[in-house]
Amino acid sequence: MCLFIMEKIVASFSIKHLQILDENGNCDEKLMPELTQTDIKKMYEWMLFSRMMDDKMLKMQRSGKMGTFASIRGQEASNIGSAYAMQDNDWLFPSFRENGSLYVRGVNPVNLLQVWGGDERGHVFPDSKNVFPMSIPVGSHLLHAVGAAWAAKLKGDKIATVVYFGDGATSEGDCMEALNFAGVFQVPCVFICQNNQWAISVPRKQQTAAQTLAQKAIGAGIFGYQVDGNDIFAVFKATKEALDKARSGQGPTFIECLTYRMGDHTTADDSTKYRDPKELEYWKQKDPIDRLRKYMVAKKFWSDFDEKNLLEKITQKIEQITKEYESIPLPKAEEMFQYTFAEMDERQKKQMEEMKTKL
Amino acid sequence: MANLTLIEAINRALHQEMAADETVIALGEDVGRDGGVFRATEGLWQKFGPNRCIDTPLAESGIVGTSIGLAVYGMKPVAEIQFEGFSYPALDQIISHAGKIRNRSRGKYHVPMVLRMPYGGGIKALEHHGEAPEAFYAHIPGIKVVIPSTPYDAKGLLISAIRDPDPVIFFEPKKIYRSFREEVPDESYEIPLGKARIAKQGKDLTIITWGAMVHVALQTAEQLKEKYDIEIIDLRTLVPYDLQAILASVQKTGRCVVLHEAIKTSGFGAEISALLMENALLSLQAPVLRVTGYDIPYPLAKLENYYLPDAKRLMAAIEKVMKF
Repeated sequence: MCLFIMEKIVASFSIKHLQILDENGNCDEKLMPELTQTDIKKMYEWMLFSRMMDDKMLKMQRSGKMGTFASIRGQEASNIGSAYAMQDNDWLFPSFRENGSLYVRGVNPVNLLQVWGGDERGHVFPDSKNVFPMSIPVGSHLLHAVGAAWAAKLKGDKIATVVYFGDGATSEGDCMEALNFAGVFQVPCVFICQNNQWAISVPRKQQTAAQTLAQKAIGAGIFGYQVDGNDIFAVFKATKEALDKARSGQGPTFIECLTYRMGDHTTADDSTKYRDPKELEYWKQKDPIDRLRKYMVAKKFWSDFDEKNLLEKITQKIEQITKEYESIPLPKAEEMFQYTFAEMDERQKKQMEEMKTKL
Repeated sequence: MANLTLIEAINRALHQEMAADETVIALGEDVGRDGGVFRATEGLWQKFGPNRCIDTPLAESGIVGTSIGLAVYGMKPVAEIQFEGFSYPALDQIISHAGKIRNRSRGKYHVPMVLRMPYGGGIKALEHHGEAPEAFYAHIPGIKVVIPSTPYDAKGLLISAIRDPDPVIFFEPKKIYRSFREEVPDESYEIPLGKARIAKQGKDLTIITWGAMVHVALQTAEQLKEKYDIEIIDLRTLVPYDLQAILASVQKTGRCVVLHEAIKTSGFGAEISALLMENALLSLQAPVLRVTGYDIPYPLAKLENYYLPDAKRLMAAIEKVMKF
């Protein structure tokens, strides 16, 4: 009998799923992160603002006042719970479905209207805390977040980078390359995967055979974790712990937020073509904003009066924002030439002059 | 002063820039402990440590994408792709991001990175190890493209590229990595990007070329010296190109041959030809001819010499242009 030839398990993994606040507003107090009532009300305000701002932008798009844009409806907790956990010096690398996260990080909603409305000047985000411009090519920007985190580590800066992407992005090669680099170099990067179950019309089951998206991190040697993405407490807690871990030099984390894209992919899409309305009904019950309201009401620090006040406040704010956006003068055509390089080269100068003579 | 090969000049440039500026880092496959498969990064890992000269996983898009992130946060990454034929997985990062981030953010962010690659054929290499893809890169907005042809130029251009605030693709003609030495100053110096070099003065005909082909042009001009007085312009930077130098030469000689080892169709020679027609038509005594690679995949060793432009093919084109 040979004792040394055998088959043995050399690696195994498990993925945990966290829920703290269920769809009825019931909360597991033991798991609650450190959040004051002020924090919770603030997060609620951000979520409601994001949804109402979203609805306003949809209306504007339908009436020709806004370009194609991607709604975050249904993903407010994923957006805001995670961004709220960041510190001032952290960097945020968005894809294009994180309007909510961007508001929390100080991006002026007027700037986002500009970006979605087709004006690059919006992307300067002057008031924001280290928010990188939106990235459209799916999955391609994770590498940037990893590189920036790597630079911070090399420089000795105690910051973390947070990068957002969806379920579709996890199929892209660049996503896997980013996770792999993050693992090898143990960079302070937190990966927030907003698994909203759909990549345009391709459902999550067709995106990958993996049981969870969180386990794709295991393949890169990184810790992967799943949370109820419509539970703002779970999203906040997981992100905060991941950020603390990253900033203390313990490396990257991948958080999969299970959520749902209540709207169309963008205003150029019609999801009724490929989605069962029963599915939307099912997820409506799990709405992130409704459940937080139920919690606050049950805990007796939110009343109908508070709700009415907030709705009014937000409505007025949105009016102000859209007015301000609509009063911005159009950019000058010369601007197209001025930011390709640090300084225009001879070709660009010549072409700009040619263009101007035609104006 | 020292007598250096092109690869040694590149190595010196890297050593000096990394010593002078701690935000300059080198990264790529095998660049660290091994010093690079061509020894371009020899000694950097030993001198500056594994956090400044970094061995990366085998992932070209990953190397370039993380370099973009490193650059926007304030580092100056000098990334290496092991052979030009393996750079294509990184094209999305280069086209969609490196070239666009400054514009997308209206100048708030920029990408001061250099992407170095051994480039071009003539070394009897395996498939994908001897191509000349500069035309792809020249067509990308927001990207500069540099190709030195001498050790002196390689050092000065690489230093300029590293100091440039925008992304630079730095193609290093591997055929001439070690084929000759020349005097290279010990101290740091910059050769400005966007300026061509007159490799040889002349008055009868202009050859516009770059990379290893500069030496084919020089040898050919030498062979023809009793017959024609040929001027050779080494472009050095393809983007942004030195239009003034090109026009000054062709307005003087009235005849031009563009020489590049890259394939013919949509090669950078087509751009030069169009520029000469637009700007110097009345100076031209003959059409601009292009001597180039063929519109085929780069061949393996046994057929390589049929593909690469040589003195014979160049001479035939020169004769045609002179006798037009």
